[in-house]
Amino acid sequence: MDLSTINPVLLIASLMVAATPLLLAAIGELVVEKAGVLNLGVEGMMIIGAICGFAIAVETTNPYAGLLAAMVGGAVLSLLFAFLTQVALANQVASGLALTLFGLGLSALLGQNYVGIKPPAMSKLDLPILSDLPVVGPILFSHDPVLYIGIALTAATWAMLKYTRVGLVLRAVGENHEAAHALGYHVVRVRVLAILFGGACAGLGGAYISLIRVPQWTEGMTAGIGWIALALVVFASWKPWRVLLGAYLFGGINVLQLNLQAAGIAVPVEYLAMSPYIITILVLVIMSTDKSRAPASLGRIFHASQ
Amino acid sequence: MIRLEKRPQPSRAWSLLTPLVAVIITMFAGGLLFAALGKNPFEAIRVIFYDPLFGEFAFYYRPQLLVKGGPLILIAIGLSLGFRAGIWNIGAEGQYIMGAICGAGAGLAFYPTESVLIFPLMVIAGALGGWAWAMIPAVLKVKFGTNEILVSLMLVYVAEQMLASMSLGLLKNPEGFGFPGSRNLQGYESAFNSELIAGTGMHWGVVAAFIAVILSYVLLNKHILGYNIRLTGEAPRAARFGGVNPTRLILFCLGISGMLAGLAGLFEVSGPAGQISIDFNVGYGFTAIIVAFLGRLHPVGILLAGLLMALTYIGGEIAQGTLSLPAAAIQVFQGMLLFFLLALDVLTNFRIRLAAKGAAA
Amino acid sequence: MTTPLLSLQGLTKAYPGVVANDAVSFDIQEGEVHALLGENGAGKSTLVKMIYGLVKPDSGTMLWRGTEFAPSEPRQARATGVAMVFQHFSLFDALDVAENVALGMENPPPMRDLAQRIRDVSETYGLPLDPGRTVGDLSAGERQRVEIIRCLLQDPKLLIMDEPTSVLTPQEVEILFQTLRKLKSEGTSILYISHKLEEIRALCDHATILRLGKNVGSCTPATTSARDMAEMMVGSTLQTPTRSAAPDGSTLLKVTNLSAQSGKAFGTALKEISFAVKSGEILGLGGVAGNGQDELLAALSGELLTNADTIQIRGEAVGNLGPSQRRGIGVLAAPEERLGHAAAPNMSLIENALLTGAIRQGLTRNGFVNWRTTKAFAEDIITQFDVRTPGSDRAARALSGGNLQKFVIGREVLQAPDVLVVNQPTWGVDAAAAAAIRQSLMNLAAKGAAIVVISQDLDELMEISDRFGALNEGRLSAIRPTTGLTIEDIGLMMGGAHDMEAPGPVAEEATA
Repeated sequence: MDLSTINPVLLIASLMVAATPLLLAAIGELVVEKAGVLNLGVEGMMIIGAICGFAIAVETTNPYAGLLAAMVGGAVLSLLFAFLTQVALANQVASGLALTLFGLGLSALLGQNYVGIKPPAMSKLDLPILSDLPVVGPILFSHDPVLYIGIALTAATWAMLKYTRVGLVLRAVGENHEAAHALGYHVVRVRVLAILFGGACAGLGGAYISLIRVPQWTEGMTAGIGWIALALVVFASWKPWRVLLGAYLFGGINVLQLNLQAAGIAVPVEYLAMSPYIITILVLVIMSTDKSRAPASLGRIFHASQ
Repeated sequence: MIRLEKRPQPSRAWSLLTPLVAVIITMFAGGLLFAALGKNPFEAIRVIFYDPLFGEFAFYYRPQLLVKGGPLILIAIGLSLGFRAGIWNIGAEGQYIMGAICGAGAGLAFYPTESVLIFPLMVIAGALGGWAWAMIPAVLKVKFGTNEILVSLMLVYVAEQMLASMSLGLLKNPEGFGFPGSRNLQGYESAFNSELIAGTGMHWGVVAAFIAVILSYVLLNKHILGYNIRLTGEAPRAARFGGVNPTRLILFCLGISGMLAGLAGLFEVSGPAGQISIDFNVGYGFTAIIVAFLGRLHPVGILLAGLLMALTYIGGEIAQGTLSLPAAAIQVFQGMLLFFLLALDVLTNFRIRLAAKGAAA
Repeated sequence: MTTPLLSLQGLTKAYPGVVANDAVSFDIQEGEVHALLGENGAGKSTLVKMIYGLVKPDSGTMLWRGTEFAPSEPRQARATGVAMVFQHFSLFDALDVAENVALGMENPPPMRDLAQRIRDVSETYGLPLDPGRTVGDLSAGERQRVEIIRCLLQDPKLLIMDEPTSVLTPQEVEILFQTLRKLKSEGTSILYISHKLEEIRALCDHATILRLGKNVGSCTPATTSARDMAEMMVGSTLQTPTRSAAPDGSTLLKVTNLSAQSGKAFGTALKEISFAVKSGEILGLGGVAGNGQDELLAALSGELLTNADTIQIRGEAVGNLGPSQRRGIGVLAAPEERLGHAAAPNMSLIENALLTGAIRQGLTRNGFVNWRTTKAFAEDIITQFDVRTPGSDRAARALSGGNLQKFVIGREVLQAPDVLVVNQPTWGVDAAAAAAIRQSLMNLAAKGAAIVVISQDLDELMEISDRFGALNEGRLSAIRPTTGLTIEDIGLMMGGAHDMEAPGPVAEEATA
């Protein structure tokens, strides 16, 4: 074992990359949950985003077209969830599971001809001077654009929830849908839009994995990141900046365990590979004592009876 | 404009009809999917739903119905109890793996001793393995209020890594020329879960599934515990008022579902699969979720739904061979089934009205 | 004659199986306080929802100052000048006061300006309120102030108030009336919905009376007796319950220094509650909603566990026993929330009979349910308590509020409890059913049970209880015999106009 092969600067730079899909999916889910909807289909929307993005990027040889397609793909799948839960008033837990099972199957079907192909590469930020700075350069100024979009999205979501009318209405709908309805807000409309936003974010996060992080297509490649994103929202107590923090924490653990595997540490690979999931459970346990921040209408079915 | 109007009382007719209607609509939608893949939809539907039962090689496929349906039914029965009470164990796949590892491990520990006690011991070990794995989310939920959905799911990934570790390490066949995977239990008589009646596919796991169906029917309809489970799902506050202890109910529901999933894993590894290997699990734990809902969380419904789902697995395999239909197409097909079912479920509790434009809906 | 502010002409709205409003017509003049009077289920709520744009009438028209008015959503109604203070469901617990106010406005100013305007309005109208506080932490009276201020900031022409006094102490009611009179003097019309006759006589210029969805008459409240209005409202002379024997038994229920945290978010903790109830006695506990009523019921029913000694039944410590064990020794309860707490909405009446009857009625053996005896028990409740339903296999949610309440109370009364605790036994129930329920409670007491009635209906408590106490922020006042209590006494026991000691002529007038 040789721990000196682990370079801390590269570790930080790569943890930011590892954290980005998680961050994107979790920010999307945060908005959905703030509107009072629990969408357990994040994993399914991510994997659909991963294959849609990959396929379109390969076909058009344009990675940006791929990212756009991934967002559309995730959003279209989430529309199914929106229909089930907001129109047909189906149980949200069951519908979310259905979305994940369906998404995993559909992505495998769509992706059968794309195994083993290399997608077009995405250019990285390359600023003169800044990107060449030692330490700061690789960490802050030489990433792909989506990584910065993720951070910007976190800031935008935070500001939207805290300062805007849209954010206020969204939170109101999530807190008490009867009251929001009585005041004349369109509960279902707000929720459907939130679900679509969550789907687009998850799709983008999925495409980030298949186009940038890995980059290639394999079946089931999201490997539970969508579920960890769900846990992350709980961990973050429904606060955007804490989602960012949590994503970097999980990204760090993941990158570290991969580095340790590569460095040949004397722990079997399987035990290192299960560590992110076990740590997720531990974090859930620690955070579950504080439930006060959860939107009060989370997961409840709304039907305007009169 | 279409408007939903709540029924004063859930419709019994629709609650029985929706699964059937969902199956029929899925066949249509599935046909479209197969057509989109360039296959003849009618032929594909025939290959999947008709050939396994009545086709030329039906004698070979019919037993498979029980072999594949057994574990699905066994797991789904366990899940349905929790789902009814609003306790969401979605990590049955992990409990299934752990049941198989523990059961097979218990058997292999005695290799090559032959004894009639070994198989019962394996059954107990398998049940305990699944139970223990499910007790992790149960205890965390009871003690700390941790979300059981996420914990049980995370534990699937952990169990998969355990499975890999076991097939490469502790349980690896010492005479296996370095290939991953354990000894094949089919070659170890005391540990082999053989076919009970030749040519039927009936093994101990299928027997266990039938027993589970009967016991769960009695529990839900005749026993106060089953009533408490239903009550908790319908109205948690009323259940607490009625004297139901939520802690005990969570431990019971998760424990039972883990135990049944563990048993399913044990019967599979000691019978049809034969050995612990990296890709031993094929997603029964997840498909069982579809089976549970398709069977409307009712024991008899689950029995039928499990057999239907087994049919799609077998038919899908045939279609893979004869029509080169991709394996994933069947997964999509199963997913669609769940979608249509959930969407149609609204008819049980609501009436659809065509109305003049209503006010702010 | 001048054009009325709002004229309703032949409004009709039907729901499956019930006509909520049947050709209702009346006018609201500029600057008048107009009462809409009627029993629960008379169609008052549906009518105001139509005015507020939440429900669209099947037929009929509304004229606003002579021009057609058909709001398709609340936004439009608000833009016209209609504002509404809801009875339930329109505040967001986790948001602060300013955010709650902003949500009820069309074009709210920036938050900082809004906070200042809230302070200004609250000073002008004597309604003290801090814009930065979280609404979930406010008392019921303060929450109502949030709603009122939300409306006032819109400069409404018509203010609709739906049963506003059900959450107020008598002193707070007086302050509210001062505010409403001030608004009226400024030219605002008020549509005041209530079934409390004395309030309407004190406040309103005109009254329209609804019965079973129809306009059955109008009157000038100041010159009409409460009795005449009651007869118009109910349609027949009511049987008032009769109280027979005075209690003289041994103490059955004794509560000593009961303190407990609430199980729910924004609940009220119970603080050092002590009281005792004798055999044959009815103890009435009043108080504004949200002052610990739900928590007290939970502590007595066994849903909320405490130290064993704090609750004693015949001297036996039971505070640590769950609901089933308490039923075993004769302590039964009926919570306020019928659907979801006292009964499971989607389950049949038979299954709901099993919910609390399993132990005392011997409905199970070795855990196996005897559905035959359970059905017999359910049908016994249905006959003895006149529950109107096509059969015992009906889902609980299919019953009307009054019928389900009769079932819930009947289920407990028929089990012959030694101690019975009920919360809001007649809430949302029509007058005939309410009278029957009260009578059954009194009969039960006459047979020697100790009964605790928690209610926000003071008239009800005065009518049936022997002694009275009030809950206020989780504490219980001293308990006094009902006879001889004045409305002022009761108000002070309920906490008076607490936290309303703000300076200004309005507050002084009210407490004088």
